[in-house]
Amino acid sequence: MWKKVLIAAPYLWLLLFFLAPFAIVLKISLAEPVFGQPPYSQAMSLDNFAFLFSDKLYAVTYLRSVFMAACATLLCLALGFPMAYGIARSSRATRSLLLMLIILPFWISFLLRVYAWMGLMNNYGTINSLLLWVGIVDQPIQLIYTDFAVFVGLVYSYLPFMILPLYASLERMDLDLVEAAQDLGASRSRAFWDVTWPLARPGVIAGCLLVFIPAIGEYVIPYLLGGPESLLIGRVLFDEFFVNRDWPLASAVAIVLLLLLVVPIVLLQRYQARDQESTA
Amino acid sequence: MKRQSRFIVSVLAFGYAFLYIPLVLVVLYSFNDSRIATVWGGFSTRWYGELLRNEQILDAAFLSLRIALTSATIATIFGTMAGIALARFRRFKGRTLFSGMITSPMVMPEVITGLSLLLLFVSLQQLTGWPAQRGFGTITIAHTTFAMAYVAIIVQSRLMSMDESLEEAAMDLGGHPLRVMFDITLPLIAPAMVAGWLLAFTLSLDDLVIASFVSGPGSNTLPMYIFSKVKLGVSPDINALATLIILIVSGGVLLSWLVARRRT
Repeated sequence: MWKKVLIAAPYLWLLLFFLAPFAIVLKISLAEPVFGQPPYSQAMSLDNFAFLFSDKLYAVTYLRSVFMAACATLLCLALGFPMAYGIARSSRATRSLLLMLIILPFWISFLLRVYAWMGLMNNYGTINSLLLWVGIVDQPIQLIYTDFAVFVGLVYSYLPFMILPLYASLERMDLDLVEAAQDLGASRSRAFWDVTWPLARPGVIAGCLLVFIPAIGEYVIPYLLGGPESLLIGRVLFDEFFVNRDWPLASAVAIVLLLLLVVPIVLLQRYQARDQESTA
Repeated sequence: MKRQSRFIVSVLAFGYAFLYIPLVLVVLYSFNDSRIATVWGGFSTRWYGELLRNEQILDAAFLSLRIALTSATIATIFGTMAGIALARFRRFKGRTLFSGMITSPMVMPEVITGLSLLLLFVSLQQLTGWPAQRGFGTITIAHTTFAMAYVAIIVQSRLMSMDESLEEAAMDLGGHPLRVMFDITLPLIAPAMVAGWLLAFTLSLDDLVIASFVSGPGSNTLPMYIFSKVKLGVSPDINALATLIILIVSGGVLLSWLVARRRT
């Protein structure tokens, strides 16, 4: 009896407030926009999807979002892997301090951390002031409102999501294996690619998915740091909904985005289930 | 322990500088007298004074705190139940869907979660008249939904790393399942529940996008207020607000880290 309650209460909550809403989004994506409250009709058609696929702007925006998220993921990996490696190989006391410092920014408002970069990358901001003062440039260089700024913001915000799973799998790894490989005559790079990298792969996959999936739909970072030409899909969805008040089209945008994300989400799901079993 | 290579040490130094320099600069600039936030005009605490006199900020902060307290508490209750269910009941009908609904909210892009919840609330209102207006209640429900996923994962992994023999022993000795849960299981997972509550609380205070979708006219949370201001650029009173948050959070995290380190 109590077992049923234990399962049913959170189950019902999630069914009602997580799963059911998607059915409603799907239904409204098939409706037509009308004036009134709520601003959609009861009609059913695929017009919104036909429109999404016929207008090149949307296809380009989806591709751009996937591309930017993928680049940000690779940048996070490039910076996060050596960091996670260094943390996992440091002494116990240092390790706990270094880990705490990776987790700390998590607890500070995401919005304020993105905002901090606005002050840094402004035309009159810290970086430009420094560059002007040293004399590297004669006039401020454009940093904020560029794709570069969006990448910086994405890497900055999502780096901990990459480092933590990487650290978890690197820390679990048996160091003797690398030494054994080197004793047997493997070069350092050979030992890395043949021993360390395969053992770290679960962490690499989890970290990449944890960065890539939410980064695709990111709204705040491109809004505050990106330029007007760097339209991303999260912004398009937000604007279709709030600015154009086209609820059906916004829903269709969300459905297509969701379809793009099904594969990576299922992958992450599988990985995490396996990870839970292996630690049990 | 082998010495770290120079490459690793320099990447670590770069990485931590990258993570912390922006935060340190915000703190420094919050004491800047100049209205142009990025030009130094002398030391001053005037922005803190203006912050405390700004009623819009105080109202928004109060609403955010109320939402965070309520949603973190509900999320901890449901999340703990879900975590126990996932860790202790290996097989039940719909388990795959259940664990899917636990993991997905954590990575789901916020725009999708926000849009889908708003459409749910609008449809519910048409059908049943509830929720009559959007604000505290709807934002709390939205935050509870994504935060309970985090609580569930934390509780689940804590239970997975503990062996079941204590609970089994209590059951074998004739303890009622509910009694066993309250006397054995819950005290053991209490640290995970506290961590989960704190994370849920922080996530709620942090959320901008989902709250923007599901809130109604007149109910602005703190992130919504901050966003409406920083859209227009860097502003000195937001620096002061950010500094307060950074200092409070860092103090709390540092303290709990020191306590945890002393114990081990």
